[in-house]
Amino acid sequence: MARMNLDVNGKVETIDADPDMPLLYALRNELALNNPHFGCGLAQCGACTVHVDGQPVRSCVTPVSAVGNSKIVTLAGLGTPEKPHPIQKAYVEEQVPQCGYCINGWIMTAAAFLNQNKKPTDAQIKEALAGLKCRCGTHMSILRAVKRAAATMG
Amino acid sequence: MTKMDNTAQFSVSRRALLKAGGALVVSIGAAVPLDTALAAGEALAQGAKPPLMPDQLASFIAVNADGTVSAFFGKMDMGQGLFVAIGQMVAEELDVPFKAVKVIMGDTATSVNQGGASGSTGIQRGGMQMRMAAAEARRVLVEMAAAKLGLVADALTVSDGVVHAKDDASKRASYAELIGGRYFNVQLDWNKEWGNTLYAPGKAKPKDAKDHKIVGQPIAREDIAPKVYAQEDFCTDVRRPGMVHGRMIRPAVAGSVPVKVDESSIKDIPGARVVWEKGFLGVVADKEWDAIRAADKLKVEWSDAKPPFPNQTALYDHIRNAPVRKREIGGKEVGNVDEAFKTAARVIEADYEWPFQSHACMGPACAVVEINEGNVTCWTGSQKPHFVRDGIALTLGVPAETVRAIWVVGPGSYGRSDADDAAMDAAVLAKAVGKPVRVQYTRDQATGWDPKGPASTHRARAAIDAAGNVIAYEFTSKGFSRIDVNTNGGAPKDTLAGQVRGVELKSGDGFGVPAESYEFHNKRLAWETIAPLLDRASPLRSAHLRDPVGPQIHFASESFIAEVAAALALDPVEFRLRHVKDPRDVAVIKAAAEKAAWQARPSPRKDQTGAKVSGRGIAYAQRNGTRCAVIAEVDIDRASGKIWARKFTVAHDCGQIINPGGLKYAIEGNVVQGVSRTLWEEVKFDAKNVTSIDWMSYPILDITETPEAIDVVLIDHPEIAPSGAGEPSIRPVAAAIANAIFDATGVRIRRVPFSPDRVKQALS
Repeated sequence: MARMNLDVNGKVETIDADPDMPLLYALRNELALNNPHFGCGLAQCGACTVHVDGQPVRSCVTPVSAVGNSKIVTLAGLGTPEKPHPIQKAYVEEQVPQCGYCINGWIMTAAAFLNQNKKPTDAQIKEALAGLKCRCGTHMSILRAVKRAAATMG
Repeated sequence: MTKMDNTAQFSVSRRALLKAGGALVVSIGAAVPLDTALAAGEALAQGAKPPLMPDQLASFIAVNADGTVSAFFGKMDMGQGLFVAIGQMVAEELDVPFKAVKVIMGDTATSVNQGGASGSTGIQRGGMQMRMAAAEARRVLVEMAAAKLGLVADALTVSDGVVHAKDDASKRASYAELIGGRYFNVQLDWNKEWGNTLYAPGKAKPKDAKDHKIVGQPIAREDIAPKVYAQEDFCTDVRRPGMVHGRMIRPAVAGSVPVKVDESSIKDIPGARVVWEKGFLGVVADKEWDAIRAADKLKVEWSDAKPPFPNQTALYDHIRNAPVRKREIGGKEVGNVDEAFKTAARVIEADYEWPFQSHACMGPACAVVEINEGNVTCWTGSQKPHFVRDGIALTLGVPAETVRAIWVVGPGSYGRSDADDAAMDAAVLAKAVGKPVRVQYTRDQATGWDPKGPASTHRARAAIDAAGNVIAYEFTSKGFSRIDVNTNGGAPKDTLAGQVRGVELKSGDGFGVPAESYEFHNKRLAWETIAPLLDRASPLRSAHLRDPVGPQIHFASESFIAEVAAALALDPVEFRLRHVKDPRDVAVIKAAAEKAAWQARPSPRKDQTGAKVSGRGIAYAQRNGTRCAVIAEVDIDRASGKIWARKFTVAHDCGQIINPGGLKYAIEGNVVQGVSRTLWEEVKFDAKNVTSIDWMSYPILDITETPEAIDVVLIDHPEIAPSGAGEPSIRPVAAAIANAIFDATGVRIRRVPFSPDRVKQALS
């Protein structure tokens, strides 16, 4: 066990945890942040994605001790209904999710991508999201939402 | 306020509700106020909630003190928009604004068992019941208003939840004034059925479709924003005071059981405990990470079970050669098929094969069970929480009325997934350790150990006469049962917890036949089931997976229809229209062809050379009243075998459309999941166990492979009762793709999935 500070959604929190424990469990169980989700524990699906210093990271395979002083942002910290990230707004407008369990992967990955790429092509959007999983098959809506968000950000 | 509040405002247990109801029966006569002229109206309302039974209007509809309406729904929205559609149907009949209705579902303490999510019957059966209940509520409220206002009911109408005289809007009584905060005391004519077939109309006749103002509108879902802003908890997020974390341990060789468990191997992990009963083996710990470590470190010696499975390459031979456990003819044989084949000038025949497929939900199942002073509460992602309640009662040996199951949105569902198993495992663990237990399955358990969509073979043959007419058609499916374990967790025999603890087994037999209206003079559709490869606690036990057995049957039957058309050098649309008899079937086929600008010609096309080729294919099917035609346009890279299902055109007729917006999304999801199942999905196994245990070994359609377009043509029939839309459009997808591959290449692939290796091999 070790005492660590985590900078999450703009707030520094102190936890006691096994340094090898994945960040996912620190966020969910120590800090009660109900997003992200456990999907595979293997970095294969994206359901656990958070931003670490602006980069999308799979928290299920990231040891909590590896995060250091980096700034972590979860879906809850990305935006609010009053001040949404454009991809969140687009997700609502395009009525994207069915079950919604996969949402962290797509939104956090797309947000990080769109923050860096203002006028992406369709092919670039798909490539940026490659490998993320959605089992309900909302692929069409996801792409519509990312394009909509890109249009408002570009 | 969000419409997603599935936990409702009720915190009382089912037992408390029943108690209240019981007391009420005694006092019902005395409850009628004698000191008022409103007695007639007041008898229809009361302060205490009647027993939660289907013969009570109060079990479906309540008007709250503020005039809003609660609609208690005993089916489930698994993400396809039923929260909205049911709200629309209820608001329509009650003449209240859509926003005034809150649909509450998934809690056994607040809704009766209407079957949960099941067979795309959310609107078809569940919605129709809610429509009847809402209509009855309106009728009763108008009657109450008539008594209050001293007018006859016929002189009244309702606008936005206010009953008023047709000729004088000042003579009025709002729903809130009439009954707000109290309960209907109105008996419904219940057919004494539970589940999907439950039906309990009142005396009221629902509105004529021509008067619908809310039904038919593309109202948006309100459960999206809470998900997008991380404001909504999923089942996996439920926490209870004193809760511990559980993990299940499954054998490396299916069928083996623990014979020695060394609890000292986890003694260094804080709070870690073993729960072991026969084949049931789990661990709990106070911290989730510790439970994970304990499950990993626990030393277990397993019984020496004989590896139960055949070599995967022998799967289809196994199915073909296995003794038939049950055979059934779908409907009735038309004419005399065997005699007709004897007169054939030519016989066309083909065999098709479909693999085991996994629900592979986005997250492994999770459930929390808390046992408190004899009352059991389960938070579950199951699409059938009422059956989870019943299953937990039987698993724990307690009365069903002491168990409450509360659905909390889970990681998708698509049929009898692993959710029901997790609920039972959590119940067993919670009872054993005396604390609330949260069970979270692992990825390998989710894909490796969920009940599987059954593998099957399909034989089709057609007899052709000398003039090129089809004179006989026979189609026979043979496969594992879609109900080897039942479609819900209502009985221990159907869950892993029950099976590993040794309950008596009863594997069910069920498959199906093509749902279409092809008319041939001689026609026979049949199915045959075989025994499971391993009868107890098998990772290949088979059950319902979205559109149970529909994709496999119609992959085969609609591929075969295209094969016959091609053999006769006929355009596949024209061939279908020549034989399809149902006018609504004809309409969907024509609508899809028209939208896709279909050019009549036989398949395959012969004008392409080179490595990249394209083709188009059509398939159609019925499903419990719904009709759907799908045209696929695909691109094939002959060198890599990679297929891009580029474009789909879907024509869809599910009778009356309740919400065209939600319907379109439901269809898109079906098509994409259908493409995934067709191109990629196959549960792999070796002699010992399932080897598809993650997203690498069980790939699904990637976002880079998304179709560029899915054009949807919705055919609305307001005069026809709505049928289902949750599954029909996945049904024709595989055959449409197979037919398009044939069109492009002249090669017929009769085994799913069409993975690059298989396609490359087929084309070489």
